Amino acid sequence: MAKHHVAATVNGDAVEFLCETEETLLDVLRDQLGLTGTKEGCSTGDCGACSVTVDGRLVCSCLMLGVEANGKAIGTIEGMAQGEELHPLQRKFLEHAALQCGVCTPGFLVASKALLEKNANPTETEVRYWLAGNLCRCTGYDKIVRAVLDAAAEMRGA
Amino acid sequence: MQEKVKDAPGSEFTWVGTRPVRPDGVDKVTGRARFGADMAMQGQLVGKVLRSPHPHARIRAIDTSAAEKLPGVKAVVTREDFQDQPSEFIPAGEMMINYRDVVRNVMAREKALYEGHAVAAVAATSAAIAKQALKLIKVDYEVLPHVIDVVEAMQPGAPLLHEDMITAGVEPAPKTPSNVAKRIEFGAGDVEAGFKQADVIVERAFTTKPVHQGYIEPHACVASVSEDGQADVWVTTQGHWIVRAHCARLLGWDVGKIRVTSSEIGGGFGGKTVVYLEPLALALAKKSRRPVKMVMTREEVFRASGPTSGAHVRVKIGARKDGRIVAAEAELKYQAGAFAGSPVQPGAMCAYAPYDLENVKVVGYDVVTNRPKVAAYRAPGGPISEFAVESALDELAGKLGMDPIEFRLKNAAKQGTKAAYGPKFGPIGLVETLEAAKSHAHWRTPLGKNQGRGLACGFWFNIGGETSVSLSLNEDGTLSLTAGTPDIGGLRASLCMMAAEELSIPMDKIRVQIGDTGQLGYNFLTGGSRATFSSGMATVEAAREVMKEACKRAAKLWELPEDAVEYKDGAVRPAGPNAGKHAPMSLKEIAGIAGKTGGPIAGYARINAHGAAPSFATHIADVEVDPETGKVTVVRYTAIQDAGRAIHPSYVEGQYQGGVAQGIGWALNEEYIYGADGKLQNPGFLDYRVPVASDLPMIDTVIVEVPNPRHPYGVRGVGETPICPPMAALANAVAAATGVRFTDLPMSPPKVLKALDEARAKGTARL
Repeated sequence: MAKHHVAATVNGDAVEFLCETEETLLDVLRDQLGLTGTKEGCSTGDCGACSVTVDGRLVCSCLMLGVEANGKAIGTIEGMAQGEELHPLQRKFLEHAALQCGVCTPGFLVASKALLEKNANPTETEVRYWLAGNLCRCTGYDKIVRAVLDAAAEMRGA
Repeated sequence: MQEKVKDAPGSEFTWVGTRPVRPDGVDKVTGRARFGADMAMQGQLVGKVLRSPHPHARIRAIDTSAAEKLPGVKAVVTREDFQDQPSEFIPAGEMMINYRDVVRNVMAREKALYEGHAVAAVAATSAAIAKQALKLIKVDYEVLPHVIDVVEAMQPGAPLLHEDMITAGVEPAPKTPSNVAKRIEFGAGDVEAGFKQADVIVERAFTTKPVHQGYIEPHACVASVSEDGQADVWVTTQGHWIVRAHCARLLGWDVGKIRVTSSEIGGGFGGKTVVYLEPLALALAKKSRRPVKMVMTREEVFRASGPTSGAHVRVKIGARKDGRIVAAEAELKYQAGAFAGSPVQPGAMCAYAPYDLENVKVVGYDVVTNRPKVAAYRAPGGPISEFAVESALDELAGKLGMDPIEFRLKNAAKQGTKAAYGPKFGPIGLVETLEAAKSHAHWRTPLGKNQGRGLACGFWFNIGGETSVSLSLNEDGTLSLTAGTPDIGGLRASLCMMAAEELSIPMDKIRVQIGDTGQLGYNFLTGGSRATFSSGMATVEAAREVMKEACKRAAKLWELPEDAVEYKDGAVRPAGPNAGKHAPMSLKEIAGIAGKTGGPIAGYARINAHGAAPSFATHIADVEVDPETGKVTVVRYTAIQDAGRAIHPSYVEGQYQGGVAQGIGWALNEEYIYGADGKLQNPGFLDYRVPVASDLPMIDTVIVEVPNPRHPYGVRGVGETPICPPMAALANAVAAATGVRFTDLPMSPPKVLKALDEARAKGTARL
């Protein structure tokens, strides 16, 4: 069967690609568009390493087909910093040492950004439940949760 | 490298003990950092592995002809493509390896020994074609009876994995084969006489399940082999020199022909110290003359890469009324998986290491079963034996009516104590961690309803080993630091800080990278909590060489004897009677004269790092047990551990917190679940549930610093010890909350509820 033609935006830039029916959005991002910041940890939607936003909504890109991205606005980790300026979440993750190996970090950052866009002032419990779909095996989550709370406070101007 | 360690932590240092942003940090928050699966080579093929569906089967024949004929398939490899290896045990860090077994684990030969065992591999132009090709490979299996449980595997008449396995370490040698690869025994004094002096004795049997390291990044590599046999491998690993050595051996190639580059590594915890895909990718690349990329699925990671041992442990400890332990015994039965080599030896050595005992006896068994071959997992072997011992000590303290901290202090190992496993301890910090626990607010805070508090200690040896580091002074006075131990959690920050400290320069004047195997001499892997210790020691040596050479060059320019010049406060200056005769020269100015005073300036340290020192910990855990569901929730946790000296305290805390989280998973919900058919039933993160953010509280940490006198900055390894205490700390807390002692991990809700119901029926439950 012929490949599907898909047109979408990724981090604000228009992209076009051809993909097989069974290819996931994650496969397309990593293998076709060269955006390897989004990681594959399980391919079953359990680890959150492949978190991206689709029209502003947080999704696991391993659970969405490439063809489903047609006409959508995709946001990935590569679009988070503005020029040389890191997003406050990125800065706070570094200041709080909220990463060790760093492979889950892009997913956590994308998920945390989606949280703060919905809820600018989350409690610790709200942060923990929102991020329960993102696995980290290195940190025990302590410094991640602190970094998110600190970034939220800074972004509120608190 | 021995010297007097500077005392007062922090104050006299500019960088050591501070919390700068790590040098590789920005790449990791922007997605720029490249991990194992993030690399692509021009023209690469996709490699996939055919795995045994049976836990135990003889392989009569493999027919790959149909797969080879499929358009797009460029190479197929099986057991025929790997030469057999002689049996020979070789020390590999904390574990032993035997190439006879390694070659059989990467590709099954006579038999498939576990479900998921690699049987063949293909390289094709797309993943879809590779998968289709796997279906076309015909394997003629003779299915054999299997054995999964360690105790069953030790019974006479159990299905034999290796028909020629004669238990080592037994005199006289058994005449018949069994699944027991080895028996070990060590001890001191006379335990029988010791138990006769005891007023109270606790004897208990414990079981633990295999748990997986659970690194978020699956195994991945890309390999390429040129027509003249020069090979390149890009791989996520804890040790690329080890990958090179294993691949060279298994393929019969020269070590020097293979260059291995380590990618950023997405977690390892011991599980990325062995080879799985790499030799297959190289063999496929050689056969196909194309680069081959291989990435495991999560399911493959669970089924085919090494978890740690499940085990059966019996301990017996006797104490006098005054709290002094008079005798201690342990018997450890560890599953090795399909090939000999469980971490029973380090497990046995850890069991009683924190205590000063006169009479102790430890016996261990290394037992093969039809499961994936175990790999190292954070303090391999230690968490299992320490769970048993620390649980029994808690019960003993209770029977003696003693506070668990006072009981441990009464028996704690100190400087000069001869450990049961042999050596005499140098300065160690166990007592300091216990004292810190005693004075911590956590220990005195009142508990709520259905809550209990537990405490446990932990120990790990830590290692040093072969290490190379280079430090080049660039032409503008900046420096390039190259180390060879993969950075798994902040190593580059620590090395950069130690180099900046030595050179008295800003940290951002040094760029640090992890070099490939062609750039440095041999480096043993990142494991045994050795990287900051060993590569740190080598970095300091290389920095001192740069400073010495800088002095030499200035002496030449100033026409002074070499010893009349010193390096101080980031500059070279005349010393002694010549002080003030010449203006100090910065590293930038020295770099400017390097060419005309003898050429480039660089330090290169090639060491076997000796003097690694153990790290001890004391953990306090509060749990709340739901009387209706049996769910155990950790409500507060404090990890106290001796770091020697924390170079970057945030990453030391991170090691403590991460070890605790993994220990909590091991204690409460992680386990490999097998069906009667010998197949793993939970090979995914949905059913093999590692702790998530909403499962855990904040994890408080206290860094105790008893400097290691044999490291220039007093460093001890810190990564492994923190996974040792949590299982017992939680079991002790659950016992305090419920009145029920749990000896079988994990303490999952159904098990806890069942035990609570039984205790309620007997009237012994506390809730």
